[in-house]
Amino acid sequence: MSSGISTWVFAEELEGKPSDGTLELISKARTFGDVSVFYVGAGSDEAWNALGGHGATAVHHLDPGDTLPSGPAAHALAALVTDADVVLFGAGNTDRDVAGRVAAKLGRPVVSNALDVTVDGGIAVHSEILGGTLGITTAITAEKPALVVTRPKAFTAEPTGGSTPPIEVVGLPDAGRANAASVIERHVEASDGPSLEEASVIVSGGRGLGAADKFEMIHELARLLGGAAGSTRAVVDAGWVPYSYQVGQTGKTVKPSVYIACGISGAMQHIVGMKGSATIIAINKDPDAPIFALADLGIVGDVHNVVPQLIEALKARS
Amino acid sequence: MNIAVCVKQIPDPATPYQLDGENHWVIRPNDQVLDDTDRSGVEIALQLAEATEGTVTLFSMSPSGSLQGIRQALAMGADKAVLIDDETLKGADALTTARVLAAAMTREGFDLVVAGTESTDGYSGVMPQMMSEILDVPCLSFARKVEAGDGSVTIERQTASGYNVVTAPVPALITVTAGIEPRYPTFKGIMQAKSKPVTTFTAADLGVDIESGQTIQSVNPVAARAGGSIVEDDGSAFEAIVELLEQVKVI
Ligand SMILES: Cc1cc2nc3c(=O)[nH]c(=O)nc-3n(C[C@H](O)[C@H](O)[C@H](O)COP(=O)(O)OP(=O)(O)OC[C@H]3O[C@@H](n4cnc5c(N)ncnc54)[C@H](O)[C@@H]3O)c2cc1C
Repeated sequence: MSSGISTWVFAEELEGKPSDGTLELISKARTFGDVSVFYVGAGSDEAWNALGGHGATAVHHLDPGDTLPSGPAAHALAALVTDADVVLFGAGNTDRDVAGRVAAKLGRPVVSNALDVTVDGGIAVHSEILGGTLGITTAITAEKPALVVTRPKAFTAEPTGGSTPPIEVVGLPDAGRANAASVIERHVEASDGPSLEEASVIVSGGRGLGAADKFEMIHELARLLGGAAGSTRAVVDAGWVPYSYQVGQTGKTVKPSVYIACGISGAMQHIVGMKGSATIIAINKDPDAPIFALADLGIVGDVHNVVPQLIEALKARS
Repeated sequence: MNIAVCVKQIPDPATPYQLDGENHWVIRPNDQVLDDTDRSGVEIALQLAEATEGTVTLFSMSPSGSLQGIRQALAMGADKAVLIDDETLKGADALTTARVLAAAMTREGFDLVVAGTESTDGYSGVMPQMMSEILDVPCLSFARKVEAGDGSVTIERQTASGYNVVTAPVPALITVTAGIEPRYPTFKGIMQAKSKPVTTFTAADLGVDIESGQTIQSVNPVAARAGGSIVEDDGSAFEAIVELLEQVKVI
């Protein structure tokens, strides 16, 4: 059980709440010992309850207002964790910004893409490299704290029913020139239906769809299956769908019951984000597409034929 | 505006990567290519330099080899390159890389640093942020759009739920996603790249100490997921999907 290891978890508020990723990290960290959370955002009683309810024993709260949080958050966090054993970060953009800055400030390495962390007999990180083809274990030999950036869904969030922890307010520190960066507009690019992280069915579209307006059939199929629509980075970069759709190494990691890949080649950076799906179906006109190597059912065919036919068949059933 | 762009030469991603048996580091051949993810950074730097009559300098830490990857970035239009090529930097972690690149940039001077969000071969995804701390500049990360004017830089920063508009005075560092479409080198660009200045430093020249706080203990192949059945579509393949969806009780 508890090995008396003290762990900090970095948390950026997402839509007024701690993210699922934060609750996953706290759930893991409490198996090591005490868990302090460094929370960046407006904060709320609901947020504090969620953190405590997953095992946080203390919360340090920084509200950055309109200052870009990474510089000042790293400055404050670096000062707080000097006696900690482990600091865990999620894979979010701000997580990575703060992890990098804290590391440079403290002169400690960061181990990224962690799928597991062990603390018995020294701190070691398990991760996968080269597109998930090799698993490696890295021992952190530097002085503490060990800084670890984890993959999404590496751990499972499990409530403990714990009470609200004490909240310590952290003032915005002067982090030098980094404080001069500010957020001047915030835009939410919402999609309807369940979120990618929660959906039990995901229908994803890739460049094989050919054009932005063809993405509509991906949405329609997802709706019919009560699922969510996802995508590759290629179509996010092309501006067909927002970044929030992106599945893969630099997007979301998903583990639905069914993942349907439409016009997706199966690049290793995409696969690392969806290979944990229980059942994978792929539709691609190229019989040599790498996605077929991991598909439970592979259809060699044109998405413009197969997907509309599937949609009609599902409509006919309902 | 004088712009420093981080670029990386990597083994061709189309070829299988190999690790050396002793330290488990990626073996780097003499011919390495420009990491595709850096092309967007070079592109945005060229656009900003063109708009402000500035210069674009490439910074790269890697064995020079044939310089193929560096020439590819010079051929896009960058003015010159600064390389740190040093046998003792083999296997350097992200923090050492950041220290080395930051030291070279400080020596050469810059208004804006541009980097990719992560490399294709190592993808630790924290090196630019480490540089920003060492250089004491704001880090405007994950930019899908960049504008610079009057001593400031403004980006659209990708967030989990959309994007934010973020601005900062220069000097600053930005990391760019692949959303910015890179230009193709012209024939003239390729010819000119051959004679553009390339300066090389060692870690000692830059006064950077090399230390490592991590060691790879073990490496094991990850079991590949087994493939299933493949159906050639003859107009009825959708039925196989319906059947499977029924089987797994999604419908
Ligand atoms: C550092 C880094 C990080 C990355 N992160 C991610 C990430 O998080 N997520 C991600 O997805 N990618 C990521 N990528 C990009 C990744 O390498 C691939 O470029 C991308 O996944 C390809 O997307 P795609 O499959 O849509 O396009 P393509 O690779 O172009 O594939 C299109 C496929 O569609 C098929 N096709 C074409 N027409 C049809 C048709 N009519 N019917 C059926 N099939 C058709 C083709 O045969 C082809 O297989 C990353 C890359 C790098 C370097």
